[in-house]
Amino acid sequence: MSEVVAVAPARRRLAGWSLAVLPVLALLLLVLVSLGTGRYPVPLADVFSLLLSKALGLTSAVDPTAQTVVLQVRLPRVLGALVVGAGLAAAGATYQGLFRNPLVSPDILGVSAGASLGAVLGIVLTLPSAAIQGLAFAGGLGAVAIVYGVGIAVRRRGASDPVLTLVLAGVAVGALLGAGIALLKVLADPYNQLPAITFWLLGSLASVNRGDLGAILPAMLIGLVPLVLLRWRVNLMSLGDEEARALGVETRLIRPVLVAAATLVTAAAVSVTGVIGWVGLIVPHVARLLVGPDFRRLLPASLLLGAGYLTAVDLLARTVATIEVPLGILTALVGAPFFLWLLATAKRGWA
Amino acid sequence: MPLLRYLLALACLTVGLGSAQGRTVTDAAGRRVEVPERIERVLAAGPPAAVLLYTLAPEKMIGWPRSPRPDEGAFLTPEAAALPSTGRLTGRGGTANVEAVLALKPDLIVDVGSTGATYASLADRVQAQTGIPYILLDGSFSKIPETYRTLGALIGAQAEGEALAAESEKILKAVAEAVAAAPPEQRPRVYYGRGPRGLETGLSGSINTEIIEAAGGRNVATAEGMGGLAGISPEQVLAWNPDVILLLDPAFAASLPTDPLWSGLKAVKNGKVYAAPVLPFGWVDAPPGVNRLIGLRWLAGLFFPDRFEEPLPEAVRGFYRLFYHVEPSPAQIEALLAATAPLAKPR
Repeated sequence: MSEVVAVAPARRRLAGWSLAVLPVLALLLLVLVSLGTGRYPVPLADVFSLLLSKALGLTSAVDPTAQTVVLQVRLPRVLGALVVGAGLAAAGATYQGLFRNPLVSPDILGVSAGASLGAVLGIVLTLPSAAIQGLAFAGGLGAVAIVYGVGIAVRRRGASDPVLTLVLAGVAVGALLGAGIALLKVLADPYNQLPAITFWLLGSLASVNRGDLGAILPAMLIGLVPLVLLRWRVNLMSLGDEEARALGVETRLIRPVLVAAATLVTAAAVSVTGVIGWVGLIVPHVARLLVGPDFRRLLPASLLLGAGYLTAVDLLARTVATIEVPLGILTALVGAPFFLWLLATAKRGWA
Repeated sequence: MPLLRYLLALACLTVGLGSAQGRTVTDAAGRRVEVPERIERVLAAGPPAAVLLYTLAPEKMIGWPRSPRPDEGAFLTPEAAALPSTGRLTGRGGTANVEAVLALKPDLIVDVGSTGATYASLADRVQAQTGIPYILLDGSFSKIPETYRTLGALIGAQAEGEALAAESEKILKAVAEAVAAAPPEQRPRVYYGRGPRGLETGLSGSINTEIIEAAGGRNVATAEGMGGLAGISPEQVLAWNPDVILLLDPAFAASLPTDPLWSGLKAVKNGKVYAAPVLPFGWVDAPPGVNRLIGLRWLAGLFFPDRFEEPLPEAVRGFYRLFYHVEPSPAQIEALLAATAPLAKPR
């Protein structure tokens, strides 16, 4: 009897470890495949010898163009896919928990719409690409700040449900921003600016370089830290405001922190890639089907799945044709049928 | 015989009225359109038509799809530069208000470009709605002379139309001869990078890049399905390793040698990176109108420099004088051309 009791937790721990290790190994494999695949033919051996020699600080004898391809194009791109995918999925999981609503995606408070308006404005003003990214980032943060400000103002006037006010304010501000985007599209030069706007709104990792990664990583990390630290409080928040407060969670303090963190992550992500839908909506669902609704497990699962999903989709985006297939098309095209299949076959419940 | 004289006079009057009221012409889409005898006010339906109309008969223009910016206006006649904005009537997203169009009282609406069923039916619709004759003309490169003659005859600008048609023919012929004389291996492989990071391109067969093929270059973005604009990964540009890179933004072009993505490319190392001028209208594709003729001469001169005797500044001055009715100063021409080869300066 005592033996059984002793063995069971050990076995469970082992199972837990393999549950954690296997996805990481799978992701690593995906990253290696991604680094070895692309439009410019580089022998696989060269890719690995190059990465190894760079990691060890040696100079490599690989052809310089191949070096550029692997180090300047593929590496930033794959890292970008990992970071952006993980960030969007984590932000989505957070928002879904905060708003207690499975239909919520990171765009609910207008971050994508705000970022789009910023980027479109930058394109119409023919600013350099760094400025376009800066405007997109600022636009995303600004939009959520406005939504949150409206939410607070309305609550002061005695509205009962703070979450509902926030969501409604997000919908309204999102519509306003959408109108601004549409207006700028109408005014844009149809030959040069309109195509650039269209491509931006469809999202792509094609132009991500090392500078972009350096620019977004700090914001991403700053945003992810509170999500990780506050992970068990998100569980309590998802019980609803009153219950959470009864259990000692200061919702008035924690909610803005979580919203700010998730917004920071999303704004940083879309500022370099353009709008990428579906990742923040679908990945948390898939993660929930796999590990259940406990945010302490949901967050790492979302991070891993999001990173893997976007890396895989981006691999498709850059290999299926000579031209780039915009990510916004593929994330939905690949994600939606998979999601439906999962929905039809899943054993685990939603909540 | 007073009655007979009266009847005769009446008959003459009717005939006279008939000819004053209109004539029927067949446009490039095969539509039969009744147009008035005298046409004084012409509305351009889109940017290519506006450029065509401005080159042919600026005094008959009543507006621009988008009013020219000051830097564009510097290369236009002051009267034309001051014309108001009337919006786009058809094509990529119409912004013109039909009532505002009616208020302008145009005698004729002109559109240039594709003569396919979509545009023909749009023309029919606008014509039926406004009651203003709407003519659709062919915008392709080889049809430019014919388009000039047709529109010139239509709006009473035969002489101007003939002069512009002859000059267009001269440019097209000179370029075609230069291209025909060059052996295939001399024809450079060209990448045309648009967008803020130069990663959007026109696939071969698209209206954005037909000028490259017409000038004797080979577009590296060869057929991937139907031609149009598409995004390209930097890796694909490296794989193509084009001989020549054509861009829109001089500042971006100048940054390529220090950009690790682009610096290793053959074209960048050889300084074969060019930025297309955009004043007063784009030289390469924006809009895809007669404005591309000077771009054609420029590109063919870049690809086959020893086949053109007239120096480029002279060609530009002549083109701007005849087509844009302006006499650009040497400084203006120098500024236009200096921006075309941003990598050449430091060398």
